[in-house]
Amino acid sequence: MDLYSDSILDHYKHPHHSGVLKKYSGRAVEYNPLCGDTIQADILMDQKGKIKDVGFIGSGCAISQAAMSLLSDWLIGKTSSEIQAWNTEDMIGLLHVPISQGRSTCATLGLAAVKRAVSKKV
Amino acid sequence: MSVSKIQKDFPILKTLVHGRPLIYLDSAATSQKPRCVLDAMDEYYTTMNANIHRGVHALSEQATARYEDVRQQAAQFFGVFDAHEIVFTKSTTEGINIIARGWGDEHIGPDDDIVVSSLEHHANLVPWQELAKRKKAHLKVIPLAFDYQLDYDAFLSLLNPRTKLVCITALSNVTGTPPQLDKYITAAHAQGARVLIDAAQGAAHMPFSIRKLDCDFFVCSSHKMYGPTGVGILYGKRELLQACAPLIYGGDMVTTVDQYSAQYREIPWRFEGGTPNIAGVIGFGAALSYLAALGMDTVYQHSQELLSYAHEVFGAFSNLTLLSPMHHPAIALLSFVVSGIHPHDIASIFDSEGVAIRSGFHCAEPLHAQLGLEASARMSFGVYTAKEDIDKAEQALKKALKIFK
Repeated sequence: MDLYSDSILDHYKHPHHSGVLKKYSGRAVEYNPLCGDTIQADILMDQKGKIKDVGFIGSGCAISQAAMSLLSDWLIGKTSSEIQAWNTEDMIGLLHVPISQGRSTCATLGLAAVKRAVSKKV
Repeated sequence: MSVSKIQKDFPILKTLVHGRPLIYLDSAATSQKPRCVLDAMDEYYTTMNANIHRGVHALSEQATARYEDVRQQAAQFFGVFDAHEIVFTKSTTEGINIIARGWGDEHIGPDDDIVVSSLEHHANLVPWQELAKRKKAHLKVIPLAFDYQLDYDAFLSLLNPRTKLVCITALSNVTGTPPQLDKYITAAHAQGARVLIDAAQGAAHMPFSIRKLDCDFFVCSSHKMYGPTGVGILYGKRELLQACAPLIYGGDMVTTVDQYSAQYREIPWRFEGGTPNIAGVIGFGAALSYLAALGMDTVYQHSQELLSYAHEVFGAFSNLTLLSPMHHPAIALLSFVVSGIHPHDIASIFDSEGVAIRSGFHCAEPLHAQLGLEASARMSFGVYTAKEDIDKAEQALKKALKIFK
């Protein structure tokens, strides 16, 4: 199976939930010093502790940006504990392409930003 | 130079990657090893494995002789008269750290200047940042000029009587720029400054005569010169090494030890505390013989021809920016960025075609920042690289452009 599936390329070129949130409950930036990839994730929680909205900006490879786009769709309606339990394998499952060990940090950069954003209170 | 014949000397080039023949274009990260290097290390372990400098038994004497022979060989290879000026290290980085700690801590003081170039690898930058911090000295940087060259006039204006040390690469691992070292060394010496040359990249591609160059310190690594990992060379002028404290203390670097103090051996052995990488040094000797047999002038010419060809092939793509001098000499490697495709994605797609290249900062983050880049892709060449390998890279690039169109 090819790393650059149509779905990955589509999410990379047309990312979902792209942009910053005007109103957010948590914001975090993750940076990969090895390649310079960056993602800033904004999270808005509702009264019941579920994610109501998400927004992100970033730059980097197709895998890191598409992974964040895919993750942002999955996030809506999830609780903080559901997000904290989400791991690298789950991200690879979401991407649905073979991710080598060398690229796994690309796949999880956005997740790391989101995890920090949900644990923060603004 | 027959590349097809050379390729037969490197067993790894028969490897398949993702079912395709390996096209190895990452020699700037580490070179592949010829059979003669592997055989030399195998011979040491199978016929003379013993510790050096301490046994009187036959194997130890044999191993010691082979280890010390490589020191002579390295001196000859790099145009050094006195082999005692050659120290075996584990890497270029270690060689630089020995000078930064052992010489720098003694000879650099508050408000002194240390000059580095903006082309430096982190290995020839971070130890000087730390030295400057420890001694409250100033780190000055030679800026870039047009065409990925260093700004020589700016360098001259940086020099002053407080300039104690100039640290400069012999060949940039990002742009393939070989600064004209003799000019820098002459100007630095005129101010009384010492000069360290980082030849980690350069030593595999160009001939050196340290004696003629007259630099004060010179460092390089075996593993980029077709030898094994874990071996490097530090050259220093005799009087400077004698004024340099060791970095590693312990066995094998001492003459007499009493309970509370010790006397240290002469140079170079005082810098080689602990059991060294004996097999690695012997393997490095075989690598030096291999390069000497090819001839470094021939190796340089091959490296230059490959880059000219790569310029021709990759220069034809309008959406590529080549981070490479076009109007000045350049050798060994070609870094580039493709608009709309991240270097990581380029490297992954090249890999799917069996073509190994590097992506990222190449351990030169300040240079990328200066060029306004987050990262770049880099293909780099060795003596086994053929023009056909660059053609394969072009096919991989076309695939990447098609995927991301």
